[in-house]
Amino acid sequence: MSVGAGLATGAWRRYRAGRQRRVSPLLIISAAVIVAATFVAIAGPLLAPYNPDLPNLSQYFVGSTPDHLLGYDAQGRDVLSRLLVGARTSMIGPLGVTLICMTLGALLAVTAAWRGGAYDAVISSGLDIVFAFPGILLAVLASAVFGAGLVAPVLALSVAYTPYVARVLRGAALRERAQPYIAALEVQGASATAICMRHLIPNMLHLIIAQATTLFGYAMVDLAAISYLGLGIQPPAADWGVMVSENQQGIIQGFATPSLAAGLCIVVVVVAFNILGERLYERGEARR
Amino acid sequence: MNRGVVFRGGAPLLEVDNLSVRLAVEGSMRAVLHDVSLAIRPGEALGLVGESGSGKSMTARAIDRLLPPGAAVTGSIRFGGRDVMTLSGADLKRFRGEVAMIFQDPRAHTNPVRRIGDFMTEALRTNAGVPMDEAARRAVALLKSVGIEDGERRLRQYPHELSGGLLQRVMIATALLTQPRLLLADEPTTALDVTTQAEVLAILDNLRSELRLAMLFITHNLELAAAICDRTVVMYAGQVVEVRESSKLHDQPLHPYTAALAAARPSIDATAHRLTAITGRPLSAFEAPAEACAFTARCPHAADVCRQRRPALVELDGGLTRCARATELFGRLKVELHA
Amino acid sequence: MRLRYFVRRLAMLIVSLLVASFVIFAAIYLAPGNPIAALSGGRSIPPDSLRVLEARYHLDQPFLVQYWFWLTNALHGNLGISITLRENVSDLIASRISTTAGLVLYSSILIIALGVGLGILSGLRPGLLDTSVLVITAISASLPAFVAAIVLILVFAVQLQWFPSIGNGVGFLDQVKHLTLPAFALAVSSLAIVARVTRSAIREEARREHVQTAVSRGIPTALLIWRHVLRNAAIPITTISGITIASLIAVAAVVEVVFGLAGLGAYLVLSAQSKDLAVVQGISLLLVTAFVAVNVLVDVLYVVLDPRVSLGSRQ
Repeated sequence: MSVGAGLATGAWRRYRAGRQRRVSPLLIISAAVIVAATFVAIAGPLLAPYNPDLPNLSQYFVGSTPDHLLGYDAQGRDVLSRLLVGARTSMIGPLGVTLICMTLGALLAVTAAWRGGAYDAVISSGLDIVFAFPGILLAVLASAVFGAGLVAPVLALSVAYTPYVARVLRGAALRERAQPYIAALEVQGASATAICMRHLIPNMLHLIIAQATTLFGYAMVDLAAISYLGLGIQPPAADWGVMVSENQQGIIQGFATPSLAAGLCIVVVVVAFNILGERLYERGEARR
Repeated sequence: MNRGVVFRGGAPLLEVDNLSVRLAVEGSMRAVLHDVSLAIRPGEALGLVGESGSGKSMTARAIDRLLPPGAAVTGSIRFGGRDVMTLSGADLKRFRGEVAMIFQDPRAHTNPVRRIGDFMTEALRTNAGVPMDEAARRAVALLKSVGIEDGERRLRQYPHELSGGLLQRVMIATALLTQPRLLLADEPTTALDVTTQAEVLAILDNLRSELRLAMLFITHNLELAAAICDRTVVMYAGQVVEVRESSKLHDQPLHPYTAALAAARPSIDATAHRLTAITGRPLSAFEAPAEACAFTARCPHAADVCRQRRPALVELDGGLTRCARATELFGRLKVELHA
Repeated sequence: MRLRYFVRRLAMLIVSLLVASFVIFAAIYLAPGNPIAALSGGRSIPPDSLRVLEARYHLDQPFLVQYWFWLTNALHGNLGISITLRENVSDLIASRISTTAGLVLYSSILIIALGVGLGILSGLRPGLLDTSVLVITAISASLPAFVAAIVLILVFAVQLQWFPSIGNGVGFLDQVKHLTLPAFALAVSSLAIVARVTRSAIREEARREHVQTAVSRGIPTALLIWRHVLRNAAIPITTISGITIASLIAVAAVVEVVFGLAGLGAYLVLSAQSKDLAVVQGISLLLVTAFVAVNVLVDVLYVVLDPRVSLGSRQ
């Protein structure tokens, strides 16, 4: 009976493709979450009801009260306020990684695909070599060398992720390059840069955006982990990764909310980016 | 009961009666075959011709019980007198041994990670319990009969190491390993180049006469079917529109669609002023109107009677045709297109 | 042909390893200040220790010569001295490596058994199981290991009290018990990815025409799934399993910190925080080597499983 699943006809496959054209509620929710998170990242400090940085040790790990919906954290600060303010640092790092990776990755991919030959070989081999470094490891190393903070890990992760992005984009760029309209433009005498900027890349845009979205999610996870380890954003700054670490003791003591809430924020935003990225990718594929 | 048995006498090996198939698509059921009937006698080659969407492949799949899940089948398919659709267990296994199918794209139909030897002997080893060396011996012998001499070497190779033509011969040899009585050949040469096509066809023809193998030869090429098969069935929009002796099919078609198919292929002998293509696109069964002849939109002879109801198969000049105007058009179809 | 592919991949990976080791070594020059400052982590050091450092790292020699010495030393197991603990880095690593290795192994087993298992089940049977697996994996694929870790601590250590939340434990069984929650935390997101890839690989392979051929020849369903669906799906499944297991090596560090395990990763983080560069370099080198080694293994398996592979890189 299970093998019957394998005996699909062409009509069956067409049905599958058609299904994705409807907009799913999941997609809408994900988009809403991302918009909300971005808004909070920008307007966080204005939205926070209390001062996120003022410690009040007599109130540490007090649970939820009507005034303080999520209670107090390990240092007696309002958890909700810290979450709202922390959105900024939690999202800006991934943004940096995404921008750098996509720019660099696209540049390398298009160059490799367009020039081909030696350029492609060198770039591809170079990328393959960098592939050997896991992102978090490079970030830890960078942090040890250059000191804690956001900059070193962001740069390190960008270096580690670029090969992956470049590889995916290179495949797409090669496919686009082989299209007849590109040859037509070349014959008309358009310069390589002009063709790439005005035609090649715009036609790959759906893939670039889908990749960027998914990448944001991965970067957020890794950067939150780095901050959790104390190698990225430093306490007492309000950052979701830092908050998970600061309040971990609370879990054992029966006050799980501060740590969990921060973790939940991370997960919800990452899930939203993953879902959006996946859907964008599928839509882009279906259109081809 | 319209089976188009042209030569009376002799119990048919395969009898398909009023076969209608609907597939589950997007929550609803779509017709892909409507009222298809045909019969093949032992050792006979029947051609099945039609464009894409005509339902010819689906007919073969229905016969071989390879329809996707959720398919609704009405009518009957009988092989060797037994109802195919209700077979199960050991009976089904025996049926699968007696009816073999070869497909259009041999490369897609062979497992790329297993060796040719494994592919060929798999059914023998698992179903008939034949030990490996014996199965291999038979495989090598059959490879020889399809023109592959170094069988032992080939058995050890992987599919990607063989050319399309070679792979198709392996397919044919594999199909014959279980000593089937009926071979369903679904466009076996379409994916091959012309020279290899000719070779593979010659092999099929030889084997058929040597082994008294019945064959259902599916193709979109009318000439090809006529060359190998004694009789040909023409399908359009999931229905049988003509059944005819192959020799008469080209020169005296009974149905306008057959005539159009014949005319659409440029012939070496006649000079045509321009290529005659059939206007419009082929319909699938679910697009065919229920109360009219499916070919009306593209038929140069369409008349009011064609739009009133779906024509039934009628006997004419030893064949069958599904055309309301068949008798009046008889003999004129080929001539008109050469005007 | 296949040998040539494999040799090429191996050469590539060795070059990667060399470049990585070069970057790791060059870290002491990339850090602000001079190498001595970097190695000492900004601490003040007595003059004779200073001279020992200079001699050990051959700081009077040209850069590449220094690298060479460092690399050859490393290959002989000599990774320098920890500035904070004043012990051999190699000894410090040796005492902690079993924890990390155990954690990664335990996690890998979970990922393969559960990930591939669930993927196969849901790939072969559309229906309720499949939908539930899809939903669960969609969520858990986005779950960072440290968040999964604190949730597991909350539920299984604090509330249910089935497992301990901190430390290594003593004795084999106790150690396994202590590694259980960490292993699950580490496995959660990778498990989801492996399950999804397995599921779609199975679905994809079950749809292939050669499966139809086998059906038409009467091959029994169970054998069909084993020989034609699973065997073919093994290629992408092995690749994704290998990649995720390799990535475990890095993420294990975070999990070790959450659970207070005395492993290499936790020690790496500690050294990074205290700027004990020699240790950071030593452990980084080891982890990168392990990462590359797993990748080599995946490539070998890929070549073994797929006879079509000749030249070109792994997809």
